[in-house]
Amino acid sequence: MATAVQTVERENYLNSDYGIKSWLLTTDHKRIALLYLVSITAMFWIGGFFAMLIRLELLTPAGDLVSSDTYNKLFTMHGIIMVFFFLIPSVPATLGNFLIPLMVGAKDLAFPRVNLLSWYIYMVGAITALTAMVMGGVDTGWTFYTPFSTTYSNTHVMGAAIGIFITGFSSILTGLNFIVTIHRMRAPGMTWRRLPLFCWANYAAALIMVLGTPVVAITLLLVALERAFNIGIFNPQLGGDPLLFQHLFWFYSHPAVYIMILPGMGVINEIVTCFSRKRVFGYEFVALASIAIAVLGFLVWAHHMFVAGISVYAALVFSLLSYLVAIPSAVKVFNWTATLYKGSIRYETPMLYAFGFIGLFTVGGLTGVFLASLGVDVHVHDTYFVVAHFHYVMVGGMVMAYMAGLHFWWPKITGRMYPEAWAKLSALLVFVGFNTTFLPLFIVGYMGLPRRYHAYPPEFQVLNVLSTAGASILAVGYVLPMIYFLWSLRYGEPAPPNPWNAVGLEWMTPSPPPTHNFDETPIVTWEAYDYEHQPQEEVTVGH
Amino acid sequence: MATSDIQVAEHALQHHFADMEQQQETSTFGMWMFLVTEIMFFGGLFCAYLVYRASYYQAFVEGSQKMNIWLGATNTAVLICSSLSMALGVRAAQMGKPKLMAVLLLITIVLGCGFLGIKAVEYHEHWVNHEFPGPNFHFETGDPAHPATDPVHTEIYFSLYWAMTGLHALHMVIGVGLVTWIIIAGLGGAYSRAYFTPVENVGLYWHFVDLVWIYLFPLLYLISKKHGG
Amino acid sequence: MKQMQEEHFDPMSHLVPISLYVTIWAALMVFTGITVFAATVELGVFNIVVALLIATIKGTLVVLFFMHLRYSTKLTMVTVVAAIFFLIILFSLSMTDYLTRAWSTSLR
Repeated sequence: MATAVQTVERENYLNSDYGIKSWLLTTDHKRIALLYLVSITAMFWIGGFFAMLIRLELLTPAGDLVSSDTYNKLFTMHGIIMVFFFLIPSVPATLGNFLIPLMVGAKDLAFPRVNLLSWYIYMVGAITALTAMVMGGVDTGWTFYTPFSTTYSNTHVMGAAIGIFITGFSSILTGLNFIVTIHRMRAPGMTWRRLPLFCWANYAAALIMVLGTPVVAITLLLVALERAFNIGIFNPQLGGDPLLFQHLFWFYSHPAVYIMILPGMGVINEIVTCFSRKRVFGYEFVALASIAIAVLGFLVWAHHMFVAGISVYAALVFSLLSYLVAIPSAVKVFNWTATLYKGSIRYETPMLYAFGFIGLFTVGGLTGVFLASLGVDVHVHDTYFVVAHFHYVMVGGMVMAYMAGLHFWWPKITGRMYPEAWAKLSALLVFVGFNTTFLPLFIVGYMGLPRRYHAYPPEFQVLNVLSTAGASILAVGYVLPMIYFLWSLRYGEPAPPNPWNAVGLEWMTPSPPPTHNFDETPIVTWEAYDYEHQPQEEVTVGH
Repeated sequence: MATSDIQVAEHALQHHFADMEQQQETSTFGMWMFLVTEIMFFGGLFCAYLVYRASYYQAFVEGSQKMNIWLGATNTAVLICSSLSMALGVRAAQMGKPKLMAVLLLITIVLGCGFLGIKAVEYHEHWVNHEFPGPNFHFETGDPAHPATDPVHTEIYFSLYWAMTGLHALHMVIGVGLVTWIIIAGLGGAYSRAYFTPVENVGLYWHFVDLVWIYLFPLLYLISKKHGG
Repeated sequence: MKQMQEEHFDPMSHLVPISLYVTIWAALMVFTGITVFAATVELGVFNIVVALLIATIKGTLVVLFFMHLRYSTKLTMVTVVAAIFFLIILFSLSMTDYLTRAWSTSLR
């Protein structure tokens, strides 16, 4: 490729303009992705800090480090920050923002100014929520269950709820932008069947953002109105039904779990096929499985409410529907493993994270099937079993995928290579640390230890100490990439356009890409993931 | 197409689109996606309404008897007229007649403000009758022979009434602002036969707000036979 | 240039005649009258059925003609149908709970 010649002087999106204004007023999707990257990384460390305090408190059975009130605030703020301000925007707003226009061969997202607006809305929401936390915090749990949140809690519920309400609109706008971009901005020849699975996955997640987020927004608005004006829509004393809150909340927040995992699955598709040098097995099935997960995700929400007082009939219906989600999820796992079969596998860092993802997601997903069954759920509801389950999906799944994606596309984003040896070490630390932290929680949970208490019976101490020890390994595993990524910005080797010898439009443009992504609009004439016959000169450049 | 039209169109073409067709269809599709989010936003409230109405039918009937059906019907008519002038305004923009568009959209604004004025009269009436949820809420049917059967849940009805119509009124206010912006931009020569997408999208928004009211009116005002209506 | 633009893209293609807009407007006004009249007749639970039926007819007219859905792409139509579909999911699955609760006052 002629454009492959790396020259330091070449103009790209990073050096085309300088100064704080060129960043804060940018409409370039790549720069906005970096704005998001910095913001959500900050939120990740704040949320992680709360997690460390939680684990430290649980080191001993007695409630000696923090009071029970403080502990309630800690797990609430950990949940709010990690769910709404880190996991939901994580892959879509950073990697998705950066890559979707590149992958479909567009110059930008459909609505660049809306994209910038979404970042500002995110920041306003984040600052509002953080202010509420600095002023004293919230103790309702990230789920804001009524009537505690509307009537009894005397913490800063309003501030946190409004912060999440505002941030919801940033998520809506991002989702809207992705859907419209993928429908309308594809390059000539980039048909739906040639679309990278990362785009399919983000498209499915965007559907949920657009369809679900407004419902949680109105729900939180009602909570705020209820606190402000003492209206009683969710308050049983005033004739309201607190379960209605849970219905409306989980109508979004269960599908939101798939906002948090689908883009991660998309990342894993790209990486598994690249480092196996094989076309992804059953492309159509994987693509449609993404959509199926998004749609089925809207049919299962009340499995969070089995013991809350919903009718037995409804519980039965939702339990049955919940099992269905296992089908498209299993399709994905089987297709990844089938892609690995007889592939020429390379163990680079992104692939190590991807292996971690597949294993941990499978554990998290299968324990989800346990929880979908009514009888088991009654036993383990609100125990550490549930905590372990969703951390296997969210941290073992999504954060792993996020790290995998960051390593995979770091050369493209920054034009620099990260140090491979350190990265491999950190991937190992994350995997070991994660399992040491959360595997014991399955056991204590199954033995009946309820979540959300700052003290516990002494017989659970050994496993809790193990968990806290694992959390510190995990922390090191997350600090390391932070250091070497920053280091690589200055000292990393310059990255070639395609360091992994991968296919996909984003690898056919220089690293880092020019402001308009492609020197000439690409015309796609080949199938997605055509690794079996991969002459690198296949790029056809059109008018 | 006149040369000036082409110039406006080229000026309006953003760098990341290939041509005006792609840009126009993309923004219209984006607007429809936005309306989808609006449907779901109101949908949460409608779901709450459905649940409580199914559970406490009598309380809702008694609450709805307090609605002034004539003011509600008048407001429905006002909004339908405003939708007509909006549709004709968009048509004028399509034909490249900015002054006609401005006049028609001005009518839309006037009707929109008329709607808000009538709504304010209704709000005032409910407010002085203590039909606002909260500590001061007090409900009587006004008929000594039939005292209120379930005032607790009638308060839920009024909570939903205020929340739903209030949110709708907020959308109206935003709509009036948007239409004002379109008039100013239109008179400044921003649109032409080749480029009128913002007019079209604001039109979609206006019609959507009208659509919400078309459902709010029967759900809140016409639950059961109107006594002495 | 001029020819090319008109060949590919004619924004005038869905210019709806004024008479159609006025007809739709008249229909909407008539339906509003009918719905108010129907509210003065005792129909029991069917009052709301009639009212919602009329509202749906009115809403369909607004979406199809005022909002030009009838002249839009298939993609836009699918978008609208999808929104209604998910709205129905929200309503119906919520009601599976409320309509079957042994202890609730539903369907008295």
